[in-house]
This record gives sequence, structure tokens and C-alpha cells, in this order.
Amino acid sequence: MPDTILGQPIDRIDGKAKVTGAARYAGDRRAEHPAFGVIVTSTVGRGTINKVDIKEAQAAPGVVLVMSHENAPAQAPFKHAGDRHARPKPQLNGARVHYYGEPVALVVADTFEQATAAARLVRVSYQTEMGAYDLAGNRRFAYTPAELVQGKPDSSLGDFDKGFAQGAQTVDATYTTPYQSHNPMELVASLAQWDGDRLTVHCATQLVDAAHHSIASTLRIPLENVEVISEFIGGGFGGKLPIYGDAILAALAARQLKRPVKVTLTRQQMFSVTTHRAATIQRVRLAAGTDGKLTAIAHEVMSQSARMDEFVESAAASTRSMYAAPNRLTRHRVVPLDMPVSDSMRAPGDAVGQLAIEQAMDELAYKLDLDPVELRLRNEPTEDPEKHVPYSTRKLVECLKRGAAEFGWDKRPSVPGTLKDGQWLVGFGVAAAIRGNYRRPATARVRMDENRHVTVEMDMTDIGTGSYTIFAQVAADALGVPIGQVTVKLGDSSYPQTPGSGGSFGAASCAPAVHDACMEIKKKLDAGQGPGNLQAEVKSAPGEEFKKFSQYSYGAHFAEVGVDTSTGEARLRRMLGVFDAGRIYNSKTARSQLVGGMIWGVGSALHENAVVDQRYGLFVNHDLAGYHVPVHADVPAVDAIMLAGFDGKSNEMGSKGVGELGICGAGAAVANAIYNACGVRIRDYPITPDKVLRGLMRPANLAQQR
Amino acid sequence: MTVDVGLTVNGVRHDLKVDSRTTLLDLLREHLGLTGTKKGCDHGQCGACTVLVDGVRKNACMNLAASLDGRGIVTIEGLGTEQALHPMQAAFIEHDGFQCGYCTPGQICSAVGMLSELKRGLPSAVTADLREAAVDMVEAEVRERMSGNICRCAAYPNIVAAILDAGKA
Ligand code: FES
Ligand code: FES
Repeated sequence: MPDTILGQPIDRIDGKAKVTGAARYAGDRRAEHPAFGVIVTSTVGRGTINKVDIKEAQAAPGVVLVMSHENAPAQAPFKHAGDRHARPKPQLNGARVHYYGEPVALVVADTFEQATAAARLVRVSYQTEMGAYDLAGNRRFAYTPAELVQGKPDSSLGDFDKGFAQGAQTVDATYTTPYQSHNPMELVASLAQWDGDRLTVHCATQLVDAAHHSIASTLRIPLENVEVISEFIGGGFGGKLPIYGDAILAALAARQLKRPVKVTLTRQQMFSVTTHRAATIQRVRLAAGTDGKLTAIAHEVMSQSARMDEFVESAAASTRSMYAAPNRLTRHRVVPLDMPVSDSMRAPGDAVGQLAIEQAMDELAYKLDLDPVELRLRNEPTEDPEKHVPYSTRKLVECLKRGAAEFGWDKRPSVPGTLKDGQWLVGFGVAAAIRGNYRRPATARVRMDENRHVTVEMDMTDIGTGSYTIFAQVAADALGVPIGQVTVKLGDSSYPQTPGSGGSFGAASCAPAVHDACMEIKKKLDAGQGPGNLQAEVKSAPGEEFKKFSQYSYGAHFAEVGVDTSTGEARLRRMLGVFDAGRIYNSKTARSQLVGGMIWGVGSALHENAVVDQRYGLFVNHDLAGYHVPVHADVPAVDAIMLAGFDGKSNEMGSKGVGELGICGAGAAVANAIYNACGVRIRDYPITPDKVLRGLMRPANLAQQR
Repeated sequence: MTVDVGLTVNGVRHDLKVDSRTTLLDLLREHLGLTGTKKGCDHGQCGACTVLVDGVRKNACMNLAASLDGRGIVTIEGLGTEQALHPMQAAFIEHDGFQCGYCTPGQICSAVGMLSELKRGLPSAVTADLREAAVDMVEAEVRERMSGNICRCAAYPNIVAAILDAGKA
């Protein structure tokens, strides 16, 4: 038995609450005499509202309020600059329509049924304008954004053209990735309640502090008059980084009606009212000598951004660090379209970037007649190739080697289309994974009572990641108490500030704060104080040291896929990921996150695609019947191995994020396995049967199948 | 329009006047305060609202309360409690068959209903022999039959492990 609870695969401490239905999510909150709000959304993609006719709706049974831009209370104006998630989010604040599915009215009634029925009676007329909805068709309007989260939009080193010309083998390919929708299972919902001039909002948010600022600033009320509570969140994946109309409109309506108001988005509204992952067009150029060493890498990205707001899908950012090559080029461009607002979705940038670059590496391996694992090993850098700083830790080589051994990579058919299993052609694929490691300042408060019961408080959230459990482990370890003696309280703006859950920075940012606060308590205990009535509040932040290193987490995916030769359907048969994310706080919950991420990667390779109706700019398949996510039947054995590690440059606890790492590269491994199975290379994600079948019908491939 | 319905939920009889448009899901959540049953789509597309109606799994969002007069409903709250977990609930914890937990009540109710379908020999698309009196509880059957319950956290491998484990008992 190891002497620390840190890292142990203990059951989630909130598990019982979750399996018995006791866990309360925002929409589960109840209030005395509530009213229910239903949002009405725009039915044009671009234009101006002429009139919102609310007469009929207002007269409908049970209706207590109909709000549109014609009568909505004044709010702070929308700001383009500043923290995207903490800025004001004014609702119904003008006649302009920026995208299809934008909130244009709110109907509030005594019951949900009445509000739903009355919402259909709101008549909105528009002055419709021609909108731009097609990414490829509008590429001439692409511009260079000011910056990315990861730095400059463009980078270059050496002489790319010269390096590319030197290559014995080259790849020059364009990959496209579609719009994707987070679709957490929990609908975005808010219950707002006023007590005098004090507002409480129960909402579904990953970032309580940002939501707190966003709500208070929109309503122009003091921060201390607002409390945001998000105790349990039914999945976020980036889709609950900002708050949305439900929170603001519930608060406005509740103030006006002097009664609690609950507003829940419909699944259909989630596609347009909340954010999405932008579609991308990515050109990748690789050149290598006969020795398999890259002489040049270029990764150029074009992505959609809403015209009303800017978001850059930084798909080439990690390419700057991944492989060695003397000549390099990355570029990011955005195309403003009259589409809903794009923002971060699980591993923004990296998830779609690696769908492209990791498939390009596979293409290069075939051209060089080199094993794709070997190609990656030969291009392992000794330091960050663009920043010229050391890696904090980097175990990509170990991930690849361990994965290859455990997966049985040596059984991979080296010639595509040669391994058959009945009507199926079977193939193996590999891809590497890289994800930026981030850390933000966080504060934790820890208390100990006379029975040595420990309470940890932070405005951090648990979006399914296991935050409750791992912070209890950190506290139990630091103070040497059994885990049952630790209570973790999260998701309330009255607790100390943290960055919340996003960018996989939650654990790496908050665990050191919990640890340090516990150490303060320990010091007091050692000095003879307590145990009762002890409290410590400590802020922990990344130091200068953090910037001196190239910080990423790594992984390698191995996938076995079958392709049905008569339908073109590709099905995953098994998959293994090996990951290097520093210290793991809980190997059970971390594995779950990594496996979940890998399955997201499978979804991005095979299923997910929010299709735009080019006439109106709406996502046509805006529900879970039309927008396909992986279901049980799509997921066979998927497993994740975590390498033992400790990255002290990341933080004192040695951890890096795991929530997003699993998706990075995972889809490319599937795409590469499809090629290995049947010799069909699809660069336009998702890889649906129609595309594969078209490839299979080509004469060269038909010959293979006989 | 309001209608009278009488139904038994987790063993408790309720005689209610409900809006004829009220679904079983909204009845449970908003009228009876049983918020363990979740709304993920309201359109029968996700399974988050799965409950047992007279022992058979159903999407609560697809059933009007008014149509269930006289029926017996079991929700996640009726299956077990934190003090006395149902074996399926315990297996989900042990195998980490969830992350955010939002799909979980539906997965668990669905799994309980699904196991009884296997016992009764109801075939699925992957059942090889339709004449068997009972269907074997194998991974492929579980995956096929649980596909109406979406888990966006993608806890699928752990959910299947939990179901197979609990089903053995
Ligand atoms: S809420 Fe009933 S199936 Fe989704
Ligand atoms: S546990 Fe989050 S959706 Fe299943």
C-alpha cells in the first residue's frame, strides 16, 4: 500500500450523489413560486428586426411577461475586447440579427408548458440581408488576427521554400474539419432569484468567477450583490465557458416579475445560442530526406469566426513545438461569417490541428516507405524548435514505444488493403498527441475543525473531471487525514477565486493552492494551535520559471479500424492511448477523462458534423438525432495508459492537464487506420461511409479487395 | 386543459391535476421535485430521462403524464439511496461509469430495464439466435441495447463494465 492517497484510483467522492440523483445541477434547482422562461430565436441569419409582435403571446394562458429588444431593460453594451468569458453579455439589446438562432425574445409564464406554447405565438418580422455562411467561398475575406492564446498568429524559421524543395519526399495536402457542437448532456439552464437588490443565479458554468463578473457587469450591479452557484455541471467541454442568454434573461425577468425565473435552452437552441467549434481549412506541407528527417514543416489554418465576435482556432500553434525541422512556417487566418459565435471546444486548436498534421505525417511515412511510428521517432527534437527553450518534460518517444508494444503494432499490415476479416478490411493507425499546458492563479481556503475535519473551499468547478475528488486527495495527503474527513466545496462565487475549469488548467492551477493552504494549517498545528478553528487562505500562481520552458503534455494513439467493403462504413475495433501528463492525482478519474477524450477523437473522425444550410446560415442537423456523437455501439475496447511522471516546472505538485489531451491526435489515428485498412485517404472530416465508398470504387482499390 | 392522473412513483401514490401537455419528465422534475431524472433533449434522442414504467424502461420525455394513469413509475431515486445503493448504482461508482453524472440516472435505469429484457429473451439487432428464451449478457448486446443512452463524457467502456459486473449478480 503506497503511503499517499495522491494518485490512487479512489472512487469519486461525489459518486453516490451522482448515481442516486441527489446531485443538483442548475436546472434541478427549485424555488418558491417560480416562473418559466422560454427563449425565441431568430429565423434569419443576417438582418434587422422590423417588429416583434407580442400581442398574441401576451394574451396566452399563464403568460406573465414577454420581452424583446423593444422593451428589454438597458444593459451594459457588448465589448469586443477583454476577457471573452467575463465581459458583459447583453441580451435583446438591439434590432440587429447577427446569426440564425440568436435570441430575439423571452416568454415567461407560470408553467413551462404555457411558456413553450406561447413562445410559438411571438411573431417576428425581419428586413433580411444576404449573409455570408460559406467558409471556403469567403476565403478572400480572410484576415490575420492580432494574436492567439499561444502568441503570434504567424511564425517562421529558416527558409521554408528552400527546405521544402530539398525534401526527397513531400506532402502538400489540404484537410478540412467541420463545425462541431459541444452538446454536453446537460442543457444550459439558469434559475435566477432576487432578494431585494441581491441576485442569486444557479447556472451551468465552467468558470464561476467569469460568470460572476459577466452577470454583474451586464446588469450594471455591484459584484458583491451577485452570487453565482454551479455546484454540479453536466459536462462543459468549453461550451460552458461563457454564460448565455438564459442567465441574463432569467435575471432580468426575475427582477421585473419579483419572482424566481428559470430559463432552459432547448437542445436545438444549444447549437446556436451557445458556442461551437469553428470549421477549418488547413494546408499542411511536409518535406523529408530519405533518412526520414523533416527538412520543412508548414501548417496554415483558416477558420470561421462570427462576424460579431472574433475567435481564432489556433490549430497550428502546437505544430511550432511538435517535431524537429530547420525550416518552418505556421499561419492563422480567420474568415468572418454571419454565423453563431465560435469559441473553445475540448482542446481548441490542437484537436483539429492534429486531425490535419498527424494525418499528413502518416502520408509522409507511406511516401518514405517508413513505419509511421519510426518517422515520428526520427523527428524528435532536443529542445523546442521555435522557442529554443528546453521542454519541461517530454516523453513522446516513450508513449510511442510503449503504445506500439502494448497494442501489438508489429501486426500492422504494411501494405494497405491486405488484412481481411470477412467483409471487412482491417487496418492499424497511429498518431501522436500534444496539448499545451496552462496554469493560472488560484486561491484556496482550507479550514479545520476540532475533530480534524477539513473543509476546502474554492469557486472552482467539477464538470465531470473529478475536481471534488482530487482536491480531497490533495488535502488528505497534505494534512495526513483520511479522505472521509475532507469536505470539498466548489462552484460558488462566495468562495475564493480560481480560474475555473477550462483549458485543462483546473487541477494544475488549483491543486497547488489547496496544497499550500493545507501546509499553512499544518504549520499552525505544528506550532501547537488547533486543531479547531484553523483557517488558511492561500493564492498560488505560476512563477517566472513557468515561462522558461516549453510546456506540453503528450500522448500516442493506436487504433484498429474495420472498413466494410460493401458500405464504406468504418468502425473502430479497439484503441489504446499512452499519455504523459506528469503526476496523476487519481488514476481512475484521469483515465476516464483520457478515454472520454479519445472517444471524442473517434467522433471527430467518423461522426460529428454540424451542417450549415448555406441559404440561411443555420445548423440544419441541430439535435442529437441529426448531429451524431459516439454512442455505446460505436465504442468497443478503448483504454488509456498513463506514464508515471512528475513535471516540477509545471507546478510544485508536478501535474499537467488531462481533460483535453485524449482528444488530441485521436481522430487522426482513426483516419490513418482507415487508410491502412483500405487504401482510401479522406482529408475531409468526418470520414463518413459515402466518402470511403467513393474511394473504394476507384479501380486501384477495387483490385485490392478481390 | 387539465386532466386528472393517478400514478405511483417510487411506491408513493400521487393523485394530480396536470396540464394535458405535461410530460412524465416535467411532472417528475417540476411537480414532484424528483430532479434525479434529467432532461437532455426533450425529444427522445438522448436517454437522460429514462425511467422504469411498470418495470419497462421508457423515455420520460416521450410520455405524456396523462397517458400513464394507474401506472407504476420507478425513478433513480426509487432504485436506491446513498445509504442503500442498488447494485447497479454501486457498480457505476466502482467502475467510474460516469464523469459529469448527468446521463447517469438514465444510464442506470436503462441498464436495469435492459437486463430484464435480456432475461425475457427480447432480441436486439445483434442477437444471433432469435429463438433463445433468454439472451446472453455479452458486451455486444449491452452496447447495442444501451445505445439510446448517450454519454457525452463518453464513459462508455466503464458503463459497460459496470453493467456486466452488476448483471452477474
Ligand atoms: S430527455 Fe428524454 S430522451 Fe432526451
Ligand atoms: S457522465 Fe457526463 S454525459 Fe455521461
